[in-house]
Amino acid sequence: MNCPDRSWFSRLCRLLPLPATLLLGGCHWALLDPKGPIGVDERWIIETAGGLMLLVVVPVIVLAIVIPWRYRASNTRAKYEPEWSHSNKVEAVMWSIPIVIVSILAVICWRTSHELDPFRPIPSKEKPVHIEAVAMDWKWLFIYPDQHIATVNEVAMPVGVPVVFHITSATVMNSFFIPRLGSQIYAMANMQTADNLVASVAGTYRGISANFSGGGFSGMTFKVKAMSASRYRQWLAKVGSSAKTLDAKQYLALDRPSSDVPVTYFSHVNPDLFAQILMGKLSAGRALAMAATTVTSGGETGPLRRD
Amino acid sequence: MSSDPTVLHAGSLALKPGYADHAADALRDLRQSGDAVDFRLDHHHDVASTIQLGFWIYLMSDCLLFSGLFATYALLNSHTAGGPAASQLFDLPDVLTETMFLLFSSFTCGLATLAMSADRRNATVGWLAVTFVLGLGFIGMEVREFAHMVAIGAGPGRSAFLSSFFTLVATHGLHVTCGLIFMAVMMAAVLKKGLTPTNRARLVNLSLFWHFLDIIWVGVFSLVYLFGVAHR
Amino acid sequence: MLGKLTLSAIPYTNPIIMGAVAFMLICVAAVLGAITYLGKWKYLWTEWLTSVDHKKIGIMYLILAGIMLLRGFADALMMRAQQALSYGSNMGYLPPGHFDQVFSAHGTIMIFFMAMPFIIGLMNCILPLQIGARDVAFPLMNNLSLWLTAAGAVLVNVSLAVGNFSRAGWLGFAPLSELHYSPGVGVDYWIWALQISGIGTTLTGVNFIATILKMRAPGMKLMRMPVFAWASLCTSILIVAAFPLLTVTLALLTMDRYLGMHFFTNSLGGDPMMYINLIWIWGHPEVYILILPLFGVYSEIVPTFSGKRLFGYTSMVYATMAISVLSLIVWLHHFFTMGNGADVNAFFGITTMIIAVPTGVKIFNWLLTMYRGRVRLETPMLWTIGFLITFTIGGMSGVLLAEPPADFVLHNSLFLVAHFHNVIIGGVVFGIFAGVTYWAPKIFGFRLNERLGRAAFWCWFIGFYVAFMPLYALGLMGATRRMDHYDVAAWHPLFIVAACGAAIIFSGIILQVAQVVVSIRQRELTRDLTGDPWNGRTLEWSLPSPAPAYNFARIPVVRDRDAFWDMKQRGVDLKGATFVPIHMPRNKAAGFIIGGCAFVLAFAMIWHIWWLAIAALAGVIVTLIRHAFDEDRDYHLGAEEVRRVEALHGRVAARST
Repeated sequence: MNCPDRSWFSRLCRLLPLPATLLLGGCHWALLDPKGPIGVDERWIIETAGGLMLLVVVPVIVLAIVIPWRYRASNTRAKYEPEWSHSNKVEAVMWSIPIVIVSILAVICWRTSHELDPFRPIPSKEKPVHIEAVAMDWKWLFIYPDQHIATVNEVAMPVGVPVVFHITSATVMNSFFIPRLGSQIYAMANMQTADNLVASVAGTYRGISANFSGGGFSGMTFKVKAMSASRYRQWLAKVGSSAKTLDAKQYLALDRPSSDVPVTYFSHVNPDLFAQILMGKLSAGRALAMAATTVTSGGETGPLRRD
Repeated sequence: MSSDPTVLHAGSLALKPGYADHAADALRDLRQSGDAVDFRLDHHHDVASTIQLGFWIYLMSDCLLFSGLFATYALLNSHTAGGPAASQLFDLPDVLTETMFLLFSSFTCGLATLAMSADRRNATVGWLAVTFVLGLGFIGMEVREFAHMVAIGAGPGRSAFLSSFFTLVATHGLHVTCGLIFMAVMMAAVLKKGLTPTNRARLVNLSLFWHFLDIIWVGVFSLVYLFGVAHR
Repeated sequence: MLGKLTLSAIPYTNPIIMGAVAFMLICVAAVLGAITYLGKWKYLWTEWLTSVDHKKIGIMYLILAGIMLLRGFADALMMRAQQALSYGSNMGYLPPGHFDQVFSAHGTIMIFFMAMPFIIGLMNCILPLQIGARDVAFPLMNNLSLWLTAAGAVLVNVSLAVGNFSRAGWLGFAPLSELHYSPGVGVDYWIWALQISGIGTTLTGVNFIATILKMRAPGMKLMRMPVFAWASLCTSILIVAAFPLLTVTLALLTMDRYLGMHFFTNSLGGDPMMYINLIWIWGHPEVYILILPLFGVYSEIVPTFSGKRLFGYTSMVYATMAISVLSLIVWLHHFFTMGNGADVNAFFGITTMIIAVPTGVKIFNWLLTMYRGRVRLETPMLWTIGFLITFTIGGMSGVLLAEPPADFVLHNSLFLVAHFHNVIIGGVVFGIFAGVTYWAPKIFGFRLNERLGRAAFWCWFIGFYVAFMPLYALGLMGATRRMDHYDVAAWHPLFIVAACGAAIIFSGIILQVAQVVVSIRQRELTRDLTGDPWNGRTLEWSLPSPAPAYNFARIPVVRDRDAFWDMKQRGVDLKGATFVPIHMPRNKAAGFIIGGCAFVLAFAMIWHIWWLAIAALAGVIVTLIRHAFDEDRDYHLGAEEVRRVEALHGRVAARST
């Protein structure tokens, strides 16, 4: 990813909101303390655009306080021109200030929309890792098609290696989002979207669904483990040694709505599973599962129903 | 400052039935005379024209409603989900007959308007009655087509394509039905009260509505039926 | 016989809901009891419920909006309380199914039944007076619009007691709102409430376009209209352009849910993405439908309280038109994260940012209007300054969200929630309060209490920042919206601060209720006898307060943008000597009856009581036909009666020679 961070312009812009970043420093600011280059670029946009706009916003706010105070009715020394209501020069300036700022922002918009398109592969020497992610009621299923393994609510990735998430939904619309790494994208049934991300720092990050999807939505979080190549191999081996496998029957059981589902590993999965979910071939099972009024709950919360 | 006597005159004229136009003229003259006054006693608006403007605005909004349905149909018409496609379903000769019913009803509706302009009450009602029958024929054929499609398993729940087809065509049909009710009421009103100014204004709106539905049908016929069959 | 409706539809085991229902029933009973006790039923029916007077209809809209503001705000307090509590092992006091209804109801109510009735109420009360008209173009249709809106509002409230409300958010995104995922009656309540009130709103749009285009006083060219009238015109056009799309979208969802069709389902070719597109094609213009009239309000208040002409009228008008047009081509910015591709995202991102240009120009115009003026810092002006500050921040966060890559991380987060509350509270709500305070003397005949008004302003202003700045921060921390529970320790304190902010706003609302009560009780002290309490500039201030039923005994001839200011400058005498009978529309029950039938129709459809639905639909049609044959629609108010009313306001001059 070509970070536009290097230009003189961006350096200048970065200075402006920097105090804010420092002030807000600390490890809780997921979007301002990203752990991957995509997130870093997106932070740059937030800071640059924010800083540029502050150039106008701050003076406007000051004027909105100063002008009415300076020209308050009781201040009879202030100039009073009740008929002054038009000036070509002033209006030209008035229109051009926002036009200039918006033009700059528009250029940034066009460039970054293309550079940071979630579908765009991240250029790298490393061969990317492919992971399939399925939004379900209310958990995330991750399939590693090359390793034939699957997990629920936990995904691991090697640091510095681009990861291509292929995303769909077995239920309503969700949004696949790892705040520390950047870009979210919708997960929709019968549709495949993609999210290209890369972690540059090892650690465990929070993954969420960022689009409301019903009763168990709040608990629909997953762990993202960015780790070194060797530990990643160990992790793959650990999952591969799990006693559970994800066959058709297991999938239907998993498909039943459940919330706060604990991390689960499956040592084997049919490599076609993702394609089948995508084509809606498993929808009969889904309807069957839906027919049950009460559904199982994986976590400690009580049973949840769809309605 | 007192008001101008001419204004008073124009104002009172406006109150007498039939003199509204004179009053409006008087006011217009006054306006052109250079605004000698700051107030007018009456400001008589031509109510019939306001109603017609309102009706036009309503038709525009209805047009947007149909544009939404057309867009939906255009998007979903390939989503047949393994069910029948447009080319397998439509019987063009039937639809052509149906279309002719509606087009011809628009013509007779125009004749009713002409009769109204000529102050011929019975002819107006007569042409409206012909229009009504043609409209009823159109609806009848449409219902028959729907019933047939449902019977062969191509009902609105079969696929997204059929959902959008039924909804678009039935929404038009529902409009035609409303138009028929409107028409029946107008026939009764004209028979009962004659070609009063109110009835005339409403007949104009009715014919606008009827022609509007005709235009929408031309869209349906081309986009849904012709285009559908062309892709056979 | 009763479809799906059984006694179990009433959630009598839920103490929170039952408490709310009991409170609501007590309030309703108290009002009904008071009316009976005072023997005011007949008066209420003949003078208000069936009224075709735009001023009374406007007041009824304002009352409806005020009540729904309280209801919607109760939902807001519940959400803030839940999120302040529900961290870690504490699950809060609302189970997910209930919390989801609360946020869905909050959004639905605040947009459709609080903001919309407030702006339509203000337009009704003021617009005809501002353009020198005696009424709106279609007075009875105006009454019908009101009752359709009210029917929708009542439906939302009934859903509290009978059944439940939607859990699919205020826009009911498919496929979550489909029968498969939301099998209960909740979504149906939402659909019918919106469908009915939406039709009412469309009719209002038609009505106001015709009114503004056809009924302006002589001499009031389009470019001499007050900016509020311009804004109302643009809003009405947007209503007519956008609301049919809402009607279509809701109708298609209804087809899916009732007739098993597949527009937005996950199966048989349905396309949920189409729903998201359609609802936002309506939804984004809706945002501007809300804000434009308030831009108009500020454009009236700033010149009046600055004792100065509005700066850059032409710019203002063109900016308003530009915003209206642009608002139709930005809808996709609500879902950059759908994967539309970079070109599409960038296009919609840029069109969105362009809206900041005309909006920015408006802000500068208001600032320059105050510049070299004599600014009286009374309550309407306080709200306006509060708006300028708050809205500017909201605009900034909005442009930020218009950058697609920034949206990729901020979308659906609490940052977004903070942003739209920032513009809707800071722009729409502050504007409503500014407008109501400003025009209260004209609408009710007396000023609102100034002290309580100021206190309420400060509570709202400070409360807003305390409530929503933490949400901006939470958004940057990766907190998403609509969570009934979370497990991140760092978020907890910020949610508590936000709840405190909501409490501060709540005290503002209590002060406003007190302000209304005190103002009514002390109305004799603040009664407006001049008709022009603020040294106004536009025609509404040339009338007595409140304006008589016929508005203008004599129609003014307009020579200037600030028509009344110009008349005052030239010393035009408002007293008249000669009067003529005035043509008036008669009050009719048809609007109320159709509204009532629409409510019954919707309720019957929600509970699948088909016979009742057919009966209610027949009721609508029969009422319409009966009305068509009703010729007793208008009357003339005699010249002597006009003279008598004008004399009451001291507006009769000695007969001229």
